[in-house]
Amino acid sequence: MSAEFQLKILNTLADDRLQSAVYTATGRLKDRRIENVAADVLPDYQELRSQANAIKKHAIENLDHYLEEFERSVEAHGGKVVWCKDGEEVSDFILGLAKERGSRLIVKSKSMTTEEIDLNERLEHHGLEAVETDLGEYILQLSHEKPYHIVAPALHKTRYDVAEIFTERLKVPEELVIEKQTMIARGVLREKFLAADIGISGANFLVADSGAVVLIENEGNARLTTSAPKIHIAVAGIEKVIPRAQDLATFLKLLARSATGQLLSVYTSFLSGPKRPGEVDGPDEFYVVLIDNGRTRLLPDRGKRQSLYCIRCGACLNTCPVYRKIGGHSFPWVYSGPIGAIITPQFMGVQHEPGLPFASSLCGACGEVCPVKIDIPKVLLELRSDVKKAETRDGQNRLERLGFRAFAWLMTKPRLFEFVGRMAGAMAPATDGRWIRNLPAPMSIGPVSAWLSQRDLPPPPSKSFRELWRRR
Amino acid sequence: MGKRVSLFVTCMVDQLFPKVGIAMADVIEGLGYQVDFPEGQTCCGQPAFNSGYRAEARTVARHFLDTFEASECIVVPSGSCTSMVAHHFGELFQKEPETLARVHALEKRIFEFSTFLTDVAAVDDVGARLEDIVTFHDGCHALRELGIRSAPRRLLAKVRGLELREMIPAEECCGFGGTFSVKFAELSGAMARTKIDAIERTGARTVVSLDPSCLMQIQGALSRAGSPIRTMHLAEVLASR
Repeated sequence: MSAEFQLKILNTLADDRLQSAVYTATGRLKDRRIENVAADVLPDYQELRSQANAIKKHAIENLDHYLEEFERSVEAHGGKVVWCKDGEEVSDFILGLAKERGSRLIVKSKSMTTEEIDLNERLEHHGLEAVETDLGEYILQLSHEKPYHIVAPALHKTRYDVAEIFTERLKVPEELVIEKQTMIARGVLREKFLAADIGISGANFLVADSGAVVLIENEGNARLTTSAPKIHIAVAGIEKVIPRAQDLATFLKLLARSATGQLLSVYTSFLSGPKRPGEVDGPDEFYVVLIDNGRTRLLPDRGKRQSLYCIRCGACLNTCPVYRKIGGHSFPWVYSGPIGAIITPQFMGVQHEPGLPFASSLCGACGEVCPVKIDIPKVLLELRSDVKKAETRDGQNRLERLGFRAFAWLMTKPRLFEFVGRMAGAMAPATDGRWIRNLPAPMSIGPVSAWLSQRDLPPPPSKSFRELWRRR
Repeated sequence: MGKRVSLFVTCMVDQLFPKVGIAMADVIEGLGYQVDFPEGQTCCGQPAFNSGYRAEARTVARHFLDTFEASECIVVPSGSCTSMVAHHFGELFQKEPETLARVHALEKRIFEFSTFLTDVAAVDDVGARLEDIVTFHDGCHALRELGIRSAPRRLLAKVRGLELREMIPAEECCGFGGTFSVKFAELSGAMARTKIDAIERTGARTVVSLDPSCLMQIQGALSRAGSPIRTMHLAEVLASR
């Protein structure tokens, strides 16, 4: 584990205000999800999950076929598909287009994929202004932060924090009423929507047979982003493709419920192609940028490629007892929580943060709530094995490996195991059955001292089970 | 199935909580079973498996397979260790068809203690009596990997004098997680304290669970906080008269 990861965890645990904000906000989302997937509300919830998993599995195993079909469908509607290997290719495309069209101002709706490739920073570096229009994202853009949560990016911000950010960055008088804060942001953003040359969105689904980009949102900003400016660019990971429009009947029932506990989000937009002759709304130009950025690296692995099924609902974050303690910013990349813990090592390499797959009690709550049934605990276990293989190859963590070798050897020697247990017991202090609070320095080392830093240790019994059994 | 039962008491019960193993043996014998303890047993290998050391886990798993080869029915006082054998041994031996066949045969013969009582022995009432107010902690692997929810509650409901008060949430992890508890000690400790808050809200005097490892985490944190609440394994509750 890197010192940075460790430090971020400790700092978050020590921040009482943050602890309460995150625990409360995730708890609310978690409870609303439970209510709206309950058997009396959605009787076929488990069947829907199985179906969603089957569709995603099929789509990922036939990705080439469906992506090409998607491209043909988009082009048939007058749109254009742009294939990009990584973030640099995406920004090169957008910068080139902006230069050709003389564009300066870009409005953006919420997109984790563009966060993943630091698109705003890349565009701003070349003199373009990119404005986030999702309220949470806008708050974070003003405070120069990354999203704290996949779905609720400013989940960690209280209204007092927001008031402070607005006062400082927008030079407005202090405003603590949430509705009024929203109106302040709306006032600023309306002007941006009307003046923008390009709108950039993400995509929740790419539908191969109809060529539609499906966007799911609550604020209406994605609808404005994709219709007010003359140019709409949707940036999407290649794993977002699904075969048929009718598959949405499955996913739309699951996504909003899993994400925010809504039956359906406020706006669901199906966008295919630019404005047609005679239409009044819509952009003149429509592009879908398909990005790999490491995704194809997952495809050969039968066990782990299910990580690409994710529809970014965030349910695993809200239910995760680890995320609810360490928050989103402790994670080493933009994707946090259980899904972040499995995709970060696969996109960035296990060495990016070798401690990440281990930061889990393997409680399995994430897998239980995943609407597309990704077996997150199983993938975590496989990644742990990958980390250890990499460490062995690089000659790291030798002491731990030696420890586990010794453990495995000892566990095949029951007599010796018994003897070692008896020796360890004999060394422990007498406590008359009370649990042990501290041990003398030579014994309080490594895992023992880590345990004792938080909890008491059980006093060793005078006899092990096998000794008692023999005398029975 | 014959009336013979082999105990796999787990390394933790063997070395730290032997009374849990004795209580389990008493309850099972009380139902007319002949109980044996294969002396070669040690551990299921989960610590190595969960830490990413699969070759080492395989070594321990092989030893387990050899030790319990002759056992017709194996009962375990832990959902987590049962799940390691019944769900994860298979992953370890995917490339060894012969061993995998032995694993699959074993999977059908191994039972977590509470489900052994309700599903194999087909009893809810083992004649226990305990005057106490208890709350039940669902171990994560028992709950989510083995799907055990009702068995321990059915058994507790039949204990004379016992009042069960459900905690909210009962299903949230206690933060143990094996080596996680020491690799991420502060985080694990924070999770335990959240669990303890939920336990305290019930007003229960005793926390019951199927898993000795959860109980070690919870009792360790209760003891550190100076709480009078105690922990008991389900087997100890059911052996109370």
